Amino acid sequence: MAPILEVQNLVKKFGDHTAVDSISFNIQEGEVFSLLGPNGAGKTTTISMLSCLLEPTSGDALIGGNSITNKQLAVKEIIGIVPQEIALYDELSARENLVFWGQMYGLGGTALKTRVNEVLEQIGLADRAKDKIKTYSGGMKRRVNIGVGLLHKPRLLYMDEPTVGIDPQSRRNILDSVKDLNKAGMTVLYTTHYMEEAEELSHRVGIIDHGKMIATGTQKELTQLVGENETLRLHIGEEVDVQPLVTALQELPEVIKVTTGDSMIVLIVPEASDALPPVLGKADRLGYKIRSVDIQEPNLEAVFLQLTGRALRD
Amino acid sequence: MKKILQIGWKDLRVIFRDRAALILMLLAPFALTLGMGLVTGSFGSGSSGLSQVSVIVVNQDQNTLGNALVEVLKSPDLSKLLAVEENSDSAAARALLDADQTAAVVIIPAGFTDSVIPQDDQASAVTAQIEIYKNPSRLISAGVVQSIVERFITEVETGRIGGQVAVAQLITNGLVPPDQAAQAGMEIGTRLANERENLKTLTLVTSEASVKEEPSFMMYIAPGFALLFLMYTVSLGGKTLLTERQEGTLTRLLTTPTGSSQVLVGKMTGTYMIGLAQMTVLILASALLLQLRWGNPLALAILLLTAVAGATGWGMLLAAVSRRPGEVSAWGMAMTLLFGLVGGSFFGGTPPGLMGIIGMVTPNYWGQIGFNTLARGGDVQDLLPVYAALLVMAAILLTISVIVFRRKGLLQR
Repeated sequence: MAPILEVQNLVKKFGDHTAVDSISFNIQEGEVFSLLGPNGAGKTTTISMLSCLLEPTSGDALIGGNSITNKQLAVKEIIGIVPQEIALYDELSARENLVFWGQMYGLGGTALKTRVNEVLEQIGLADRAKDKIKTYSGGMKRRVNIGVGLLHKPRLLYMDEPTVGIDPQSRRNILDSVKDLNKAGMTVLYTTHYMEEAEELSHRVGIIDHGKMIATGTQKELTQLVGENETLRLHIGEEVDVQPLVTALQELPEVIKVTTGDSMIVLIVPEASDALPPVLGKADRLGYKIRSVDIQEPNLEAVFLQLTGRALRD
Repeated sequence: MKKILQIGWKDLRVIFRDRAALILMLLAPFALTLGMGLVTGSFGSGSSGLSQVSVIVVNQDQNTLGNALVEVLKSPDLSKLLAVEENSDSAAARALLDADQTAAVVIIPAGFTDSVIPQDDQASAVTAQIEIYKNPSRLISAGVVQSIVERFITEVETGRIGGQVAVAQLITNGLVPPDQAAQAGMEIGTRLANERENLKTLTLVTSEASVKEEPSFMMYIAPGFALLFLMYTVSLGGKTLLTERQEGTLTRLLTTPTGSSQVLVGKMTGTYMIGLAQMTVLILASALLLQLRWGNPLALAILLLTAVAGATGWGMLLAAVSRRPGEVSAWGMAMTLLFGLVGGSFFGGTPPGLMGIIGMVTPNYWGQIGFNTLARGGDVQDLLPVYAALLVMAAILLTISVIVFRRKGLLQR
């Protein structure tokens, strides 16, 4: 079966800066595909090109067989978009917002009315449908924001970092709704810089950094890239200069890679139990107080660290 | 086209739910007009309202009923409501009304009393009729006078019928000498028959002056304020484009199967609809609540459509050259005041000299000319140059706006 999305050597340049550097990937119908990468990696620029908002500098993408460069109307009818920021009209009610956006997707009459009612039920806001958006909580607004993307029953739904800056409960709701949508047959392209979200939701993951797709595959395929290596996280107090310790740790034969982030030092090691004594010994000799140590099985963060030399949240 | 109207309608609803915007769009111009009217006492073309309604009485009857009507009109009970003057010359009185010096002229014709209460055996062949000559620009005031005179006539008729019944009872009860009964009965029967006929003709004749009235000060200043705030409104409409861009709804619109041209024209339509709604509400409100007469309805409608089009052009240009919504607000207020000054909105006329020449680029200038022409009784034909100027203005400004929007990539992420 032909993939619903085929990205072919897509490039986007802004002057001298290459935001997206010849990326290629595809998504099969019914898949959740996550584009995982740190801020500024090129995820949103990629989504913008795939939404026909930005013209690619070169390359192309086919969505349902339609090119984003010359069949934009057909592409827009296939895709639904949940933007990172809430894009709704505060002065209108949830129902009025959904009706308006439905109209923009070409719905009308009874079909629109029925679909709006279905979506209101789906996002659990049927009883608050007449209230203005400005009276909603952040989580409720997020749900309407997702509802708009579902109105015209798109074959492919883009969700661009939908959990940024929201509370844990709303985040959980969004992740659950993505799973529910996928169970109902929706194909989802999900962008995130949270490794856990990509791990939880995705059938396949594309890791993007500095505009380049550095790896794609299932979680299993990707973690095999780092072999059986484990991740050690040393939690150190804030406002401590960790550079001397990082330098010292890099010299240890039991350590493959060292990086820093969020008041911690992250190490890729072949065997945690072998590496831990010399690592803690070095820290002690240099006068560092280690508050806690985490040992993790191979995961996407380790993959990212292995491939880029940097932590995902850098 | 459908999506364009849907975008426009959405903008209209969003703006009309913004209380602050409503205050500036509707309440402020209406309050200013009202305040100006109260300060200058200009409502109803110079009358001071429904107290002291000016009325001229021409009493040519100079008999019982004519004098009684004058007394009624001058009675202490009505002294606060009516300011009554007597004049013996009906032509002179009409002339005063034609010059908008009074709300109504009551003409009591000679022989009115005799025609209602025939003396001796003479029944009048024709009942003389009281005439009320009404000022068309003060119809409510004139209506008050008419009501009072009608009430007087009703009282007269009631009294007369009561008298007739009493006389008839006397005769039929034999209270007149028997030798005169036959003759009296014949006379009264004849009189009743005649007077029953007369009753039908005891009515009021009203007429309305057909002069082309000179518009009151309010008729200049009310459209001036409406046009002044129209410019603010269109800047608000243009601002919604940048606000949508800032808040992400414009980007989202562009991800739907809606062309960027449709979105842009939809936003222009929204601004146009908002301006049109504002002007329509202001005109209807001032017509209903302040009794302002806006002239030929068709010519007025076309003037509204074209004036709002011209103003929309400026609103969109402002949005096109601004970078942020806040800039549109600041420049919009400046434009509102500047255009109001050079376009004559503050004083209800077109300014002379250089200011007038500069003012020609504003919708205020042409709109003011249009409204003033309408107030003087002008029609569609008279306003053709105004329509043309406003449409050309709209076409040029909207074209420039579209070019600037495209060049700045305002319809791209």
